[in-house]
Amino acid sequence: MAMPVSGVPSQTPAAQVPAGRALARVGRAITSNRKATVGSILLAIFILIAIFPYAIAHESPIQDAYAPQLGISTAHLLGTNHYGQDLFSQLVWGTRNVMIIALVVGLATTAIAVLVGVAAAYLGGLWDSSLSVLTDVLLVIPLFPLLIVIAAYAQGGTTLVLIAAITLTSWSYTARQLRSQALTLRNRDFLEAARVRGERRLYIIVVEVIPTMISLIVASFLTNALYAVLFASSLQFIGLGDPNTVSWGTTLYWAQNNAALQTGAPLWAIAPGACIAVLGAAFALLNYAFDEIGNPALRPVRKIRQKRKAVQLASGDVEGVQ
Amino acid sequence: MRYALRRLGFFVLTLWVALTLNFLLPRLMPGNPALAMMSKFHGELSPKALNALEILFGVNTHESLVGQYFGYLHQILTGNLGTSLDEYPASVTSVIGSAIWWTLGLIGVTTVLAFILGTGLGIVSAWRRGGKLDSIVPPVFVITSAIPYFWVAMVLVLVFGLTLKWFPSQGGYYVTTDSPGLNLTFIQDVINHAFLPAVSLLITTIGTWILTMRNTMITTLAEDYVRMARAKGLPGRRIMFDYAARNAILPNLTGFAMSLGFVVSGAILIEYVFNYPGVGFMLLQAVSGEDYPLMQGLFLLITVAVLFAILVADILTALLDPRTRAAR
Repeated sequence: MAMPVSGVPSQTPAAQVPAGRALARVGRAITSNRKATVGSILLAIFILIAIFPYAIAHESPIQDAYAPQLGISTAHLLGTNHYGQDLFSQLVWGTRNVMIIALVVGLATTAIAVLVGVAAAYLGGLWDSSLSVLTDVLLVIPLFPLLIVIAAYAQGGTTLVLIAAITLTSWSYTARQLRSQALTLRNRDFLEAARVRGERRLYIIVVEVIPTMISLIVASFLTNALYAVLFASSLQFIGLGDPNTVSWGTTLYWAQNNAALQTGAPLWAIAPGACIAVLGAAFALLNYAFDEIGNPALRPVRKIRQKRKAVQLASGDVEGVQ
Repeated sequence: MRYALRRLGFFVLTLWVALTLNFLLPRLMPGNPALAMMSKFHGELSPKALNALEILFGVNTHESLVGQYFGYLHQILTGNLGTSLDEYPASVTSVIGSAIWWTLGLIGVTTVLAFILGTGLGIVSAWRRGGKLDSIVPPVFVITSAIPYFWVAMVLVLVFGLTLKWFPSQGGYYVTTDSPGLNLTFIQDVINHAFLPAVSLLITTIGTWILTMRNTMITTLAEDYVRMARAKGLPGRRIMFDYAARNAILPNLTGFAMSLGFVVSGAILIEYVFNYPGVGFMLLQAVSGEDYPLMQGLFLLITVAVLFAILVADILTALLDPRTRAAR
């Protein structure tokens, strides 16, 4: 969420631990936070389906070999559409395209955001002003209309065009968050120590600053992946993707084109949207869980008391490390 | 005052970036797509309209890119956005003018409602920490904020429009029977038609308000001045609204500015599902009809509207919170 970092009451404990332990902490957090558990299980299922679609759906997704508009049956779990394509297998095979977009755009935008955000905060001065202005400008230009215009001029986007367009435009929100956190780190002792040791700036940024921000970086990845899924599916839905790609958004496009809702084939339109919603919810749940991990004040009340002891122990531990 | 000037400067800068993007995009794309569009309509356009379009898209010109750029800026800033090709000979500005009120009404009313309801729910949820509302609201709205806008719209069309038939699910009014104007049936029909789109927008946007408000409010409630108010024995309601909520609402205002772009984007898809005659639906029609002048005009209009709203929100925040004026 758009919480200002200055509003966080205590410094995020994760900000002070080395990367390896921070990752272990992330792992532990996933198993101990219910939102995180649900989110990661859902995400794992989608990843497995994306890698092994043939394991649960044998039919080819675009083959129109069946009778059109069959109802739900064991042979066709979600029935067939107006073209006689099996809807279930279309969704299963479509997962791959969606997950690729989520992964690639998520990673690429997060990389840009880390680079821009951390560089701005750490280098300061003119670098900070110019990078911040760039970030802020991109932040306020309405992205989806911009993406529509880009995709329209590109005469419909293949998956590659969609990935490139979304990556280039949508990194700014998380870059801003990362800058805020990097700013709070700037005058910490361990960075001062590195400077005194005579380390180069690039070394300090890559080896000292970025690892300490790992939990916020993971959260940024989740946010960016979520928006990538929403943006890409939306573009495909309104017909600005490649209509021959097998993807949830493309299925929606054909459903809308054939007025599926109005012609008695509601599943055709509702099911792919539901897939997007569930995947989006998985990302959002994980993200919210990370927010709770980073900001203990937000955790559900009944847990706070039992957690308090653990947190005290952990932070005592951390001070020992420093 | 300096703060307001700086925000105004940022507004102008962003506007300039948007204008420049609009200029560069068609020219940078392989095989300038506007070229194909122009040749398609070549015989049907008046020379004046043709000239305006050539300046907009850089077709048939021997001028350098820089020269083109200044010609383009001059034309846009004098308010000439070209001629719509699908609605020829209507100008882009007049075509947009017919759609904008629908969108302004829909988004305006819904956003204000979402803000009030969401902020209120957030306040109560944080105040009664661990209560019934607080245990239901956050997880539910974490999920709704991730649901695609258009999917909510589709489900509403299916359930309330087509199955239960409680509300009309297509268009902004009954095109065949209604006569637009200030008559009771027309107004009633407009409200009826706007109901489902408004609800879809409300469902998908309210979560952000609730969660931001709740999370800031939780931080604010731990402040010393709130404890002081409690120690003075002030009534709970007064502490909740005058002490905690009043200070916690600021991030929600800033968030309002930031989320506006998303709201507008979402509204485009909702208008598409409902065939609602607003700006978003028109944008998508312009895209599918390859009416690039209209598309560019709409993109500019949407950008200006969002930027303007952000400017207002910024200035409002500065008026309410002296700290922002000094910051940065």
